[in-house]
Amino acid sequence: MGKKVNKPQARSLPKNVIIGMAFVSGFCIMTVEMLGARIMSPYFGGSLLVWGSVITIFMLALAFGYLIGGRLSIRNPNAVTYAMFFIAAAVFCLPVILFADFIMEPIFIAVEDPRYGSLLASVILYFVPTSILGMISPYSVRLLVETQEHSGHMAGQLFFVSTLGSAAGTLGTSFYFVLWFEVNQILWGSIVALIAAGCIILLVNYLLNASTAKSRVQRYEKQT
Amino acid sequence: MKSRHKDRGLLAWVALLFAALISSPTFAETLHRERSLYRDITVEQNGDRRCLVFNVRRGDRNQTCVDVSDPDRLVFSYTRMTFAGLLLRPDPERILIAGLGGGSIPLTLSDMYPEAQIDVVEIDQAVVNVAKDYFFFEENDNMKVSVIDARIFIKRAGLADRKYDYIVLDAFTGDYIPEHLLTREFLEEVKQIMAPDSVLVANTFSSSRLYDHESVTYQRVFNEFFNFRLPTSGNRIIIVQLDPLPPRGQLVSAAQRIAERMEKYGIPLLEYPARLSTRVDWDMSSRLLTDQYSPANLLRDN
Repeated sequence: MGKKVNKPQARSLPKNVIIGMAFVSGFCIMTVEMLGARIMSPYFGGSLLVWGSVITIFMLALAFGYLIGGRLSIRNPNAVTYAMFFIAAAVFCLPVILFADFIMEPIFIAVEDPRYGSLLASVILYFVPTSILGMISPYSVRLLVETQEHSGHMAGQLFFVSTLGSAAGTLGTSFYFVLWFEVNQILWGSIVALIAAGCIILLVNYLLNASTAKSRVQRYEKQT
Repeated sequence: MKSRHKDRGLLAWVALLFAALISSPTFAETLHRERSLYRDITVEQNGDRRCLVFNVRRGDRNQTCVDVSDPDRLVFSYTRMTFAGLLLRPDPERILIAGLGGGSIPLTLSDMYPEAQIDVVEIDQAVVNVAKDYFFFEENDNMKVSVIDARIFIKRAGLADRKYDYIVLDAFTGDYIPEHLLTREFLEEVKQIMAPDSVLVANTFSSSRLYDHESVTYQRVFNEFFNFRLPTSGNRIIIVQLDPLPPRGQLVSAAQRIAERMEKYGIPLLEYPARLSTRVDWDMSSRLLTDQYSPANLLRDN
């Protein structure tokens, strides 16, 4: 047996739940990214430079998110914090729907060059929600890992599934969703999916703790 | 001796074949080829006809052709058709053209109206270079090219409260459609740079489901428009004005007044008034194209 890693408090979330949620976060990251350039095209055009801005900011935000998420997982990793990543990301996606024009219009007027205009708009619209989504991956690894030996195996599985989610989100959005729905409807879909993911985590965690508490009480009663 | 004679015969045949190849009308010589940020650009010449071709491998789409022995003459039917807007506004002073291509539309307008201020918007610097090097395009005091996305240019023009009398939207290559230039919001922005008697001429798609979607969108923004199609062209030209559209009689008399000036370019303006239609021949239930919903490149293939 490998050296035990400090086990998270209470009972940890089942592996399948964490892996499933990683799929959802990967899916939503790429859905928002694929729509990112479309949302900005009325102000900054539809050319390669807009894609450059969007992808740059998503990469930077994810990098930052990985760092912070890893940091946050050191002390007391727990399911409630994990669920909050999903819910917070959903909340910070709301400005993309509600205030996109309000944010892009002054930037369009102030910044003549569409390269820097689109870069600035990307920072304001996408940096915060994407970095929160980026925190999910390292935190998931921490929740999954029980021994040092299988940490790489767990990380591999997690990235496998979350990257599959990203591929599905990319393809679904660019091939089908834009043909069936409006941009904002697709964004609302992502927000609902993220909130649902957060709620599922909270619910599973609640049920697990309830049953643990119950069995503890039973054990205590037997003893006395 | 005999064999050498035979050789000479073979040589003659080869020479003949080679000559036939060169003079054959299907033999196009490639003058220039480059890959720009947006597309593959090829300039081909076939006899006197020199063509700008985008994305050759996906099925040769001639963007613009010129007859080098008579460069004033417009080779393509759809290019000539964009001049039908002059029937509504025969003497434009401020002109905007979105999409340069080989430059034949701006060159013709500049030749017709040397005093007019012409702004050309083209997203691809490589297209501007090729138009100058191979298609006789030149900027001058009254004609300037801006290398920028048309949506950005038009939005800025609207904010600066600039108006144009004659606007030509020709920003679609056969290969890829800029989806943000088809939407209701974009057309609203175009409206901002039009005076009541300004004319908007848009070169659009005549086949596929996109025809219905575009028609519905133009109708929503402008209520009524002239739909201009010819059997000789796969394109459909939309002609729009904020003022009510003039009756046909007025178009006919305008055609009679200016047709002579168009002869040099090969534009059969007198034939056009009868072809301008306001009849609805599209599926009115098609979905409106908006900034929220504009999957034009997907709709085209369906």
